Amino acid sequence: MKEAKAIVNNKVGLHARPAALFVQTASKFQSEINVSCHDPKENKLRTANAKSILGILTLGVFQGIEITIKAEGADECEAAEALVDLVKNNFGEEA
Amino acid sequence: MKKLNGVAASRGICIGPAFQFLRIELNTEKKEINDPQVEIERLKAALITAKDQIDIIYKKALTEASEADAEIFQAHKMILDDPELISTIENRIQCEKINCECAVSETANQFAATMAAMEDEYFAARATDIMDVANRVIRVLMNVADSPTAGLKEPSIILADDLTPSDTVLLDKSKVLGFCIAQGSSTSHTAILARGLGLPAVAGVGADVMNVLSNTSVVVDGTNGVVIIEPDETTEKQYRQRMETSKNIQTEALKYAQEKANTRDGMEVEVAANIGNVEDAKFAVENGAEGVGLLRTEFLYLERNALPTEEEQYQAYKAIMGVFGMHPVVLRTLDVGGDKEIPYLHLEKEMNPFLGERALRLCLNRPDIFKPQLRAALRAGVGHNLKIMFPMVATLTCVRAAMLVVNECKAELSKENIPFADDAEIGIMVEIPSAAVIADQLAKEVDFFSIGTNDLSQYAMAADRTNPKVAELSNAFQPAVLRLIKMVIDAAHAEHKWVGMCGELAGEPLATPILIGLGLDEFSMSPPFVPLVKQIIRNLNAEEMISLAKGALQLETPKDVQNFVKKEVPFITEVIS
Repeated sequence: MKEAKAIVNNKVGLHARPAALFVQTASKFQSEINVSCHDPKENKLRTANAKSILGILTLGVFQGIEITIKAEGADECEAAEALVDLVKNNFGEEA
Repeated sequence: MKKLNGVAASRGICIGPAFQFLRIELNTEKKEINDPQVEIERLKAALITAKDQIDIIYKKALTEASEADAEIFQAHKMILDDPELISTIENRIQCEKINCECAVSETANQFAATMAAMEDEYFAARATDIMDVANRVIRVLMNVADSPTAGLKEPSIILADDLTPSDTVLLDKSKVLGFCIAQGSSTSHTAILARGLGLPAVAGVGADVMNVLSNTSVVVDGTNGVVIIEPDETTEKQYRQRMETSKNIQTEALKYAQEKANTRDGMEVEVAANIGNVEDAKFAVENGAEGVGLLRTEFLYLERNALPTEEEQYQAYKAIMGVFGMHPVVLRTLDVGGDKEIPYLHLEKEMNPFLGERALRLCLNRPDIFKPQLRAALRAGVGHNLKIMFPMVATLTCVRAAMLVVNECKAELSKENIPFADDAEIGIMVEIPSAAVIADQLAKEVDFFSIGTNDLSQYAMAADRTNPKVAELSNAFQPAVLRLIKMVIDAAHAEHKWVGMCGELAGEPLATPILIGLGLDEFSMSPPFVPLVKQIIRNLNAEEMISLAKGALQLETPKDVQNFVKKEVPFITEVIS
């Protein structure tokens, strides 16, 4: 299993177009990929399937939140790397 | 042959096959099934078909609408591909042994509810997307048509209970000859749409029209509010002759459409158009409109999932202003509420939406809606003749509040070094009787008035304009309404301000002589009416119309007023056949 962390810095967070890009990128890989983040309101960890747009959206990741990406499968390293790059590059948008 | 009477909603005559616009009720009742595997195969097949359908719509939207609109369908496709959603549906079929339709509907509802609970407009819109997608899958499973208009193959007359704004988006306008609507009146959505397209329409015909089969031959006489089902040979011939005559008159009027409309004695009158988008704008110019008396901005807000951004609005307004160069364009700020709903605004349901928090009242409470629109408008006005108009003004206080927001926006724009139209005139719609009563006070505050006769009539007469049973009362030819119009024009002229009219009365040939007599400065109407009204104005003597207007205001009923005009200005009867 490959685990990686990244802080979401773009303006809207994992919403709208960035969320769609994230899911599209995750779906290119065979590995099972999960995303989790800490929910400060309920003080617990929340996890979603990285290939599910509805799951990612309901995670409610806003600007400044750190997410943990866990990938498991044949292409786990490439998958985690691609997703972290996407987040770090602010989904190709201005921060 | 059968004759049905309704309300004349849009002038003109058409003859053609009927097309029943039916909305299909989806049946998602829970049923126990024997073989979950068969059901799951059905689901998989339906998902593939649904994806193909969305692909087609996406490509259509890309060419016909904007990229932003098309993106909605991309989002729909992602939802169909969502592993969480699909596995939940499959699990329910497998474990509970229930039918696909029910599993899809209940699972979608559950996901949508989670989204809707997230207290964010963006998520609420996704909830709508999920339900949209689920309903598409269920339609495929039930093997019913993708949309109520799927069977519309040849130019037809649309028969419907009533049409919503989203229904009218679906309609392929090139296949519509006219409308015949069971409910509604001359100011319902369908009526406004029909007039915008220059197509005949009769509203308030009653439920009988729903029993007429598609492809039955139908005549719609939108001038007199009559619908004839299966006309006999003589009747059809008579109507064909009348169609011919009115076509000739329209062609004749179009020849002179681009010329000015001065009365015989030299009074200058501006004839402008009511428009709702850039296509309308071009159509308006072709019909000789000398500007825009009413730019409805709602089009930017409908059929989408979130508020349009300032930039998006700026581009849209700029495109419309560009069509008119230095001719005036009166931009009406957002008029929602009442019968115009926008789901993503999450407005509370009101007992009396026409008397509730609509239009300017809503905007004053929602700077997040109001300010981006004002900023976009002010920016787009640079190099053009922009005028901003507030709808639903009842008091001096709300005009002053709105002016403050305009000034705030101007201050922000200058601070940000963004160019804007500082000299844009600011005016109001006069559509609430209280505004007509205090018109003398309001005239001191604003640069112009534009009379909205549809609402002015319904509020003054306490008669719902969408209720055909009281259509006679909400008729703008009511002498009480005409007297209010006179008050407004007189009050504005006393302060040397100009008055326009953007209600339906402005495009009504029988009203033209009265309005000229009352001194109206600008007439604004659906583009197809412009040539004819210009032609009428050119044949009138303004001086003579003053006494005609005086006389009309002394009469009793709308019919009396119309007959009086026909008697005093006989040539009009010929042009409105």
